[in-house]
Amino acid sequence: MITINHATKRYGSRSVVNDVSLSIGEGTLTTLIGANGAGKSTLLSLVGRLLEGEGEFLLEGKRIDRYPSTELAKRLSMLRQSNHITVRLTVAELVGFGRFPYSRSRLTAADRRIVSEAIEAMDLTNLSGKYLDQLSGGERQRASIAMIIAQDTKYILLDEPLNNLDMAHSVHIMKLLRTLVDERGKTVILVLHDINFASCYSDAIIAMKDGTLVYHAPTDDVITPDALQQIYGMEIPVCEHRGRRFCLYHL
Amino acid sequence: MHRYILLTLVVIFSLASLSLGVISFEETTMHILVQSRLPRTISILISGMSLATAGAIMQLLTSNRFVTPTTGSTTEWAKLGLLIILIWTPQASVVTKTLFSFAFGFAGTISFLFIIKRIKLKEATLVPLVGIIYGNIIASIATYLGYQHDLIQSIQSWTQGTFALILKGRYEVLYLSIPCLIVAMLYANRFTLISMGREISISLGVRYQATLYVGLLIVSTISALVLVTVGVIPFIGLVVPNMVTLYRGENLEQNITTIALLGGLFLLACDIISRLVLHPFEIPISVTASIIGCLLFILLIVGRRRHAA
Repeated sequence: MITINHATKRYGSRSVVNDVSLSIGEGTLTTLIGANGAGKSTLLSLVGRLLEGEGEFLLEGKRIDRYPSTELAKRLSMLRQSNHITVRLTVAELVGFGRFPYSRSRLTAADRRIVSEAIEAMDLTNLSGKYLDQLSGGERQRASIAMIIAQDTKYILLDEPLNNLDMAHSVHIMKLLRTLVDERGKTVILVLHDINFASCYSDAIIAMKDGTLVYHAPTDDVITPDALQQIYGMEIPVCEHRGRRFCLYHL
Repeated sequence: MHRYILLTLVVIFSLASLSLGVISFEETTMHILVQSRLPRTISILISGMSLATAGAIMQLLTSNRFVTPTTGSTTEWAKLGLLIILIWTPQASVVTKTLFSFAFGFAGTISFLFIIKRIKLKEATLVPLVGIIYGNIIASIATYLGYQHDLIQSIQSWTQGTFALILKGRYEVLYLSIPCLIVAMLYANRFTLISMGREISISLGVRYQATLYVGLLIVSTISALVLVTVGVIPFIGLVVPNMVTLYRGENLEQNITTIALLGGLFLLACDIISRLVLHPFEIPISVTASIIGCLLFILLIVGRRRHAA
């Protein structure tokens, strides 16, 4: 369980996140949506202790900043959206660093198995010996996600994981995240721009606008024309296809 | 495998270095060996290994392949520290001198990191250039102070790194680099993580600031030790790590012994050339290291371009 009490982040006089309180249950996939600058990424970074802000952030009842850094890294992982890694490492080496919280230096046989499973899950087996600077943006993005999977934490925070990815890989990653939640009891919180992916795969949606929380509800309660009008300030028709809701905002 | 080849080469070059000298080995053999030849070869090895490692660490801490203690102002600050202690107490011991230049090197490098963080350079190649400009500003302060106190010649002699003056009793402080190298090995993975950025480091449980300071402590200790005993040796911290990372990537834990051995080998080779070119005289190793290092650097840039294509 992740609990956020009165989270606020100010830059000068402007609050990017303004007094947000919510809690997210275990074993769920929750998506943060909202317009640009709504404060989604900032809120996620506050939980992932990449930013310091006001308010209280609890992981399983204990304040996140009270965890020793390695202990926290075994429970909570976070991938930021803009990660242009410039270091010259192979895909396998990068994913291997996901095991750093467990085996500081030498990877054990178990670590190596987890790493190669993560690489395989991200469809990177053929590229595992390639250096990151030889890969495309999408391949690098998948390598970063593979590292997070190898870190094998109960709580996973992903900031726009589908950036740079084509449709097939986006669907593949969303299905994989769903599997992690359903079969391995992980708790996944992610920021998505494609609202239809949010609608098809999440259990609950957190909608933000101008730094404040507008909705935190089961997916079907948020994917309605009225709610979307309030969140995005535009008219968005919603239709159904095979039992899922889709937003047609392109016209 | 390659490590054994390197190690063998280091041993061969060390033996060559030991057997080279103006006075031929005869009845005074042991005396010369213990008093001069052995200290010289040992100090070359330690300096080469630690300068190459310091360069590799600096490159990871700044996420920039061209930043080293010499292009990141550490050396210039350390020189300023050394000058100030010499003005203050000319009879200062080697340890005091080392402490002073270490403190200046450490604080100075932090100030350099602060500068490059604040001005957010778009081009990676500008970072070492800013470092060189900044280092030269510090060097000009040192020159001014040197003129005021008639110490210009001393400054000159440190800039010209040379092993000619190494004798038993005058180099042992260099052994302090060895604990630095051990700490560097233990922290190697953390330094690699630091180079991937603050956010990834934190997410994987590395304490970013603390690790950064550990790295800077190692770099400035090594710089100060080598400066006080030998002088400035340019290019080694730049060329050696880059040669290794070009072929083997930047995973420091995997490469640190290779980098250290290659650094030792590079400096041994430079020293042997320094002593052979004008035999029985010798040219300062800083000159040889600059010429060879510069040539290797050009080859590296061409090689990198070919690798990228």
